[in-house]
Amino acid sequence: MKENNTVKIEAPLLSEVEDNVDFEVRSLDTMCVNESHQQHPWWYNFKYMVVGIVFGIVFVKAEIISWFRIQEMFRLQSFHMYGVIGTAVVVGAISVWLIKRFNIKTIYGEKIEFHPKKFSKGQIYGGLLFGLGWGLTGACPGPLFAQIGTGILVIGVVVLSAIAGTWTYGYFREKLPH
Amino acid sequence: MTEFLKQPWPWYVAGTIIGLIVPALLILGNKHFGISANLRHTCAACFPAGINFFKYDWKKEIWNFFFVAGIFAGAFFAAQLLANPAPVQVHPELVKELEQYGIKDRSNMMPAELFSLKSLFSVRGLIMLIGGGFLVGFGSRYAGGCTSGHSIMGLSNMQWPSLVATIMFMAGGFLMVNLILPHILRL
Repeated sequence: MKENNTVKIEAPLLSEVEDNVDFEVRSLDTMCVNESHQQHPWWYNFKYMVVGIVFGIVFVKAEIISWFRIQEMFRLQSFHMYGVIGTAVVVGAISVWLIKRFNIKTIYGEKIEFHPKKFSKGQIYGGLLFGLGWGLTGACPGPLFAQIGTGILVIGVVVLSAIAGTWTYGYFREKLPH
Repeated sequence: MTEFLKQPWPWYVAGTIIGLIVPALLILGNKHFGISANLRHTCAACFPAGINFFKYDWKKEIWNFFFVAGIFAGAFFAAQLLANPAPVQVHPELVKELEQYGIKDRSNMMPAELFSLKSLFSVRGLIMLIGGGFLVGFGSRYAGGCTSGHSIMGLSNMQWPSLVATIMFMAGGFLMVNLILPHILRL
């Protein structure tokens, strides 16, 4: 009797987890957990490319991709990068607040969702390792792609190495402290 | 107009536009600003190797590849049509310091002495390009995001774990640039 009960309770839970595995995996470690329930043809994605183009131009024109600017930032020789990141956070925060306050919808009328970020030790250890890499290459992942775009093709090697780093993390993930 | 655009853009212009990317992606399709995730999607698409971390439907995240392709195209466009002809302005103390290490090229935003094919085959270049790239990829995934996902998107949404990550990003950068990098540049 008792055994039967436990089986009955566990069975639906297990299947729920299995159904949800994709979301679970993504919500733990990826920024983009939001999933549009709209089914669009693939070329609808070009609108994100337009946003990317604007971003790429700003990266180059504000010299955010410059190794010199990053060196100056970490030597406290220039306010430039602090100004860029600080302004971006303020503008982003006001935008997020407005979206929540006025319940602004997407252009397709969907509710905009936010997901809280869970704390893990990864933010400490991983953050530190990322910072070391940032200081070395003078680039975080976004600027890497912009640097290749400006014609510095050797940065392709850095991107490949970053992909290898991501893969290595995935491989050792279960053994690392979180 | 183009003369005006060709000058380096001030921080408040750049910061405002980058900040507006957050609502733009949300309103266009409920997408959260974050770039390093595409490195993971690349692993999931090309070399999943049976690792749980890469077993998910990466095709749902294809927008991120379009976004990154846009960054590449935008940078190409800016470099071709809006390039600043003057050498990069660098803080005089940094110029002096870098000259000790033989880094004198300021014609581009990336000094050619470090970021070139020739450099890749030196110990210094190998550590900076391969080692640096590896740390960026490993660290950003371990932290669950990079400067865009944590420092901009996460902080905009008032997430304290993102603040922890941002503080550690900065700590790592300060540590590297001031204490470790001088030894690497001397190689």
